[in-house]
Amino acid sequence: MSMAVDGRRRGSLAIGAVRRDFAPWADPAATPFIRFERVTKRYGDVVAVADLSLDIFEREFFCLLGPSGCGKTTLMRMLAGFEAASEGRIVLAGQDLSGVPPYRRPVNMMFQSYALFPHMSVERNIAFGLEQDRLPKAEIAERVVEMLRLVQLEPFARRRPAQLSGGQRQRVALARALAKRPKVLLLDEPLGALDKKLREETQFELMDLQVKLGMTFLVVTHDQEEAMTMADRIAVMDHGRIVQVATPGEIYEQPASRYVAEFIGDVNILEGKVSEAGEGRCTLAVADAPAPVSIAGVAEPLEPGREVALALRPEKLVLTHEAPPAGTPNVFAGTVWDIGYLGDWTIYLVRLASGRTLRVSRANATRFVERPLSWDDEVFVHFAPEAGVVLTR
Amino acid sequence: MAPRPPDRGAFGRALGALVPAVPFLWLTFFFLIPFVIVFKIALSEPATAQPPYRPVFDLSLGLEALSEAFSQLSFYNFSLLLEDSLYFSSFISSLRIAAVSTALLLAIGFPIAYAMAKAPERWRPTLLMLVILPFWTSFLIRVYAWIGILKPEGLLSALLINLGLIGEPLQIMNTDRAVFIGIVYSYLPFMVLPLYATLEKFDYTLLEAAEDLGCPPLRAFWRITVPLAMPGILAGCLLCFIPVVGEFVIPDLLGGSETLMIGRTLWSEFFSNRDWPLASAVAVVLLVLLVGPIVAYRDIEARRWEKAK
Repeated sequence: MSMAVDGRRRGSLAIGAVRRDFAPWADPAATPFIRFERVTKRYGDVVAVADLSLDIFEREFFCLLGPSGCGKTTLMRMLAGFEAASEGRIVLAGQDLSGVPPYRRPVNMMFQSYALFPHMSVERNIAFGLEQDRLPKAEIAERVVEMLRLVQLEPFARRRPAQLSGGQRQRVALARALAKRPKVLLLDEPLGALDKKLREETQFELMDLQVKLGMTFLVVTHDQEEAMTMADRIAVMDHGRIVQVATPGEIYEQPASRYVAEFIGDVNILEGKVSEAGEGRCTLAVADAPAPVSIAGVAEPLEPGREVALALRPEKLVLTHEAPPAGTPNVFAGTVWDIGYLGDWTIYLVRLASGRTLRVSRANATRFVERPLSWDDEVFVHFAPEAGVVLTR
Repeated sequence: MAPRPPDRGAFGRALGALVPAVPFLWLTFFFLIPFVIVFKIALSEPATAQPPYRPVFDLSLGLEALSEAFSQLSFYNFSLLLEDSLYFSSFISSLRIAAVSTALLLAIGFPIAYAMAKAPERWRPTLLMLVILPFWTSFLIRVYAWIGILKPEGLLSALLINLGLIGEPLQIMNTDRAVFIGIVYSYLPFMVLPLYATLEKFDYTLLEAAEDLGCPPLRAFWRITVPLAMPGILAGCLLCFIPVVGEFVIPDLLGGSETLMIGRTLWSEFFSNRDWPLASAVAVVLLVLLVGPIVAYRDIEARRWEKAK
């Protein structure tokens, strides 16, 4: 099983934060819980979702990530039942959802605007879904108390939504959506309306909650940090299509395309041409580099002469005053063009001889630095062959 | 230190004090004083004179005469209203017609306002304009136009006969039904506009949330839309109910002799019988009856605010 945890494991190396013993997507025998089967959604001439297939597994924390207008919200709304697919079908736990109205689907949604009923108290909001199922009064009351305790809102049970803070409202919305114990919880930009500090705390709370309840979570977000922190897997979307589905670690370290590499985190993209290719490694001719660049850990077979892009994450570049010892691969010379001090990190923009600027980041691991880098310093940048990612798309 | 407001001078200060006084002055001159006059006439007795009631307060005759006049005032006319069943049944009939009309107006106005609020944003000003458009023509002329439509040889009967739907002309004119048609037509904007104002601000994702939680659309309408539209519903109903109770023109032009409404009774007391005191008493009772629902509405609103806090 451990080898299957990460499809792209190389030897004893792994990437990203691995949730051990949970990777149903890597198990060919596992049955998907939610299946989007060649789903297309058109609004007139506009294609919001284009021939999209996606499998999500039970107890997975899944994120749909992409810029606004990429179709992620439409996809979620189709699962909730607010939109009907133009083509294809959606299957949940073996049941085809086509034609099932929203009020009969075993999913619940937390709306971006929270959509709390303003004329009802917090407890009446939470009880609303349970009342629709005509549960006995005592059971409803019990579940409401349980939910209030879960989101730590017991003292606010009698308040109206207008009397709560933004963070409290978010919790009410969450409790209301969880109260019916849905098979899948849909969260539309769940943390979008919260300030940064609260957002970070809530991210971890949501993760704990998901594990505790053993529920499947599907989150729509445009915030890559949110997706990276919370998700077991992320689907990066662009123009109604999925461009990559993978764990946060893979998305970051092994992006499938330039689009993904640029959408998630910072990256330097250099144009190059394959001059030599071997098993898992290759040599590139890069216009901005004085010598051929050697890359290891190449995921797909390459043939010499192919035009490719080289993606280099800023934190994987090494910046030095002195020239690295002879024989060090992938060395660039340049001058410090600009410095951005962020506290935990410092960002250096290094201008190469070719006129191209590289973004290099360095963790400020010590408080005092013997020989700090300054503007216009002559510097060297180098990186290990494993640090670069060759992108063919 | 907070900046000191600029000194506006004595004139500016006087003006500043006057502005809030404007509504009070308006209500004093155009509501309170006329009401006191009407109330005084209601306490008088009819006379064949000019003006047709006694006593007349005349300051030039001195204080003695004035207090003498005061002692002649009595509540006789009000007790007359209780004795003669005509007035009681006029009031009841007016309230019944107003209640039925308001219910009809709500049933027709709500879907219109809902459809307008759900229409694409660029259409809404036009739709709003269409609702207000009838006001461009005089109310009286529009009610007269309904005579042309509803009378036995009118447009409606002719149309239905030509379509072969009926064999004989409709007998709608001069009935309560014609009155209802006239009232619903005339008052519809007063129902639609406050409803639209409320429904336009309504957050329709609340209905999605309700459906998502397992509530079918019709139930969601009753549990979410109606309670949240209640301020608009109450405002629309009051805006229609109150003037319809006192309506005179529509029952007079479209109604028959059996259409009993307090406005008509008041009119005939005033002009046919020249009994100004009794007509004034009817007017005072009508006012008191209608103030009731307004105060109740204000109470409900005040309590709603209290709760929201």
